[in-house]
Amino acid sequence: MSEELNVKTMEAFMAEGKQPEILFWVGSAGSYDDRAKKISRAFVKILNKANVEFAVLGPEESCTGDVAKRAGNEFLFQMQAMMNIEILNGYEIKRIVTCDPHSFNTLKNEYPGLGGNYDVVHHTQFIKELMDDGRLSVKGEFYKEKRITFHDPCYLGRANSVYDAPREVLKKTNANIIEMKRHKKAALCCGAGGAQMFKEPEKGDMDINVLRTKDALDTNPDIIATGCPYCNTMMTDGIKAHEKEGSVSVLDVAELIANAEGL
Amino acid sequence: MEYLPNILFAIVLIIGIGFFFKNVKKLSRNIKLGKDVDVSDNKSQRWKNMARIALGQTKMVVRPIAGLMHIIVYVGFVIINIEVLEIIIDGVLGTHRIFAPLGALYDFLIGSFEVLALLVIVAVIVFWIRRNIIKLKRFIKPEMDGWPKKDGNMILYIELVLMLLFLTMNAADFQLQQLDAAHYTKAGAFPVSQLIAPLFDGMSISNLILVERTAWWLHIIGILSFLNYLYYSKHLHILLAFPNTYYGKLTPQGKFNNVEAVTNEVKLMMDPSADPFAAPTEDAPDPEKFGASDVMDLNWVQLLNAYTCTECGRCTSECPANQTGKKLSPRKIMMDTRDRLEEVGKNMDANKGEFVEDGKQLLGDYISHEELWACTTCNACVEACPVSIDPLSIIIEMRRFLVMEQSAAPMELNNMMSNIENNGAPWPYNQMDRLNWVNE
Ligand code: SF4
Ligand code: SF4
Repeated sequence: MSEELNVKTMEAFMAEGKQPEILFWVGSAGSYDDRAKKISRAFVKILNKANVEFAVLGPEESCTGDVAKRAGNEFLFQMQAMMNIEILNGYEIKRIVTCDPHSFNTLKNEYPGLGGNYDVVHHTQFIKELMDDGRLSVKGEFYKEKRITFHDPCYLGRANSVYDAPREVLKKTNANIIEMKRHKKAALCCGAGGAQMFKEPEKGDMDINVLRTKDALDTNPDIIATGCPYCNTMMTDGIKAHEKEGSVSVLDVAELIANAEGL
Repeated sequence: MEYLPNILFAIVLIIGIGFFFKNVKKLSRNIKLGKDVDVSDNKSQRWKNMARIALGQTKMVVRPIAGLMHIIVYVGFVIINIEVLEIIIDGVLGTHRIFAPLGALYDFLIGSFEVLALLVIVAVIVFWIRRNIIKLKRFIKPEMDGWPKKDGNMILYIELVLMLLFLTMNAADFQLQQLDAAHYTKAGAFPVSQLIAPLFDGMSISNLILVERTAWWLHIIGILSFLNYLYYSKHLHILLAFPNTYYGKLTPQGKFNNVEAVTNEVKLMMDPSADPFAAPTEDAPDPEKFGASDVMDLNWVQLLNAYTCTECGRCTSECPANQTGKKLSPRKIMMDTRDRLEEVGKNMDANKGEFVEDGKQLLGDYISHEELWACTTCNACVEACPVSIDPLSIIIEMRRFLVMEQSAAPMELNNMMSNIENNGAPWPYNQMDRLNWVNE
């Protein structure tokens, strides 16, 4: 067991007659996947540290339906979306933060057409905001001299043109940020998107995550930084495929910041 | 008899342009087989995109060598049209170098055409070497076998011949001007063709005229043939790149459309007051088909995309699935769509404008399930395309058909989807456990 996290549900806020500053959309991976749960926890530590009043939906949250939509199941997607929108609108949610670029994309771009209009922010953008506003600072030298390379998630980068926030946050750790040869617009997919996470890849000569991890390893990094739970899994598996798990670690931007602050 | 050349010229011109418009009509009919889609929004942004991407070639220069060479050929093509205008007027009126009175400006124009013609020749040679000697990976994928490969080279040969004819014509003209031949106005500057003019030294005026006229006629016939070749070629992009970039996607790349027909059904399903057993009313329209299994199920912008594709393979070379040896190639998706659309068009031509069921469709006969399921929806292909084509949107439409009409998703995806349906997560966990991570 680790230390206590301060997490309140929307229901609890409602009972107190209060509105939180933001809703933290945890997402299915962030709720159930063992690796991604650590990212959720790290992000909450940051929120607690910066005294952000935030809520989660808890059992009222359901899958955004993003993965169903990419797989072609528009029915299932819209059912999920409409159920979620009913709950979000019921609570009069204005601002949503999420650690999952897939949730980010669909909440931001696809929910409005179905009646769900929110200000949706990726957690790296929110962390940057906290830093810019002086609510959070990183003074630690924890990652000084370390080489970190950031893998752009397709659904944050190309899909929504968010490239700077994660990089600016990473710079605050005083680490050496090295770019992979293909980055930002030209970044290669980790291989998880479009519902690939949930099935075996089609036949080919290699798995996509192994190729992408090679891009990262070519920068000779100590750490591969990610901003998506699925990328994290893919790159972690990639590291294993290259037998580099002893020397290179894969960490979410939120985890890097939480560690740097000793949270 | 005096007017014979003018009459001949007019006939050639009318036939050439007539055929061209016939093809344009066919093209527009085929594109309109697609479903309607509203693209009347954001006009100013659309014009800007067209100016930037099609006119300004911003996406071409992402690959500097190809980009630079392409810009040369493109500027050469645009400018040469001024020359063609003069040829047409001369041809119809029986004049010679009708723009010559422009004086210094004319000299400058002809001079720059010549320089461009030379640069185009160089570019064409570089392009040819890249295709045939260096064999750039993206030009030798399986979908390029046969006609696409021939087409790619053919256009290079046509351009080379047209440029050589242009320079030969000018070189003979230059000689005739030196010899004070009647009708051959002293006009123009010939920085390139005067280098080949010495080949004609000592030739009689009548022979020079023969050379000049032959080159002139072949040049204009060549241009008209080129115009008519376009329809059958990936070179249609020199025309369609403009509308295609205008109608290109404006929303964030990650935003997929929300199918409206589905929205209506879902609303009905979720509406507690709706009677689930109500019989559909008599005049209810046929239930809509979800997704796409053939070209008519796609929207017209997607069909325009298919005709615009230049088969450059930039999409495919960026595609993660393709790079790791999977069957998926976004370029092939576009080429298949165009091939099938052409087939449907021919079917209609042969059947008095009606499509007669031919037992074939885009899905399965052209594009396999395996290709469709290999896509990670990463948008790299969309980003890479220099003319704003969206292969991903076609892939998604076809997945929609597979899943919603045929329940033909891979088994693991079916499991994932029933988990979402039952537990609100892609994994088989209880929704009540959604907060367990807090205390672990
Ligand atoms: S979106 Fe699909 S087809 Fe396009 S590059 Fe990515 S994996 Fe390839
Ligand atoms: S879709 Fe675009 S990038 Fe791909 S081959 Fe066609 S023109 Fe080139």
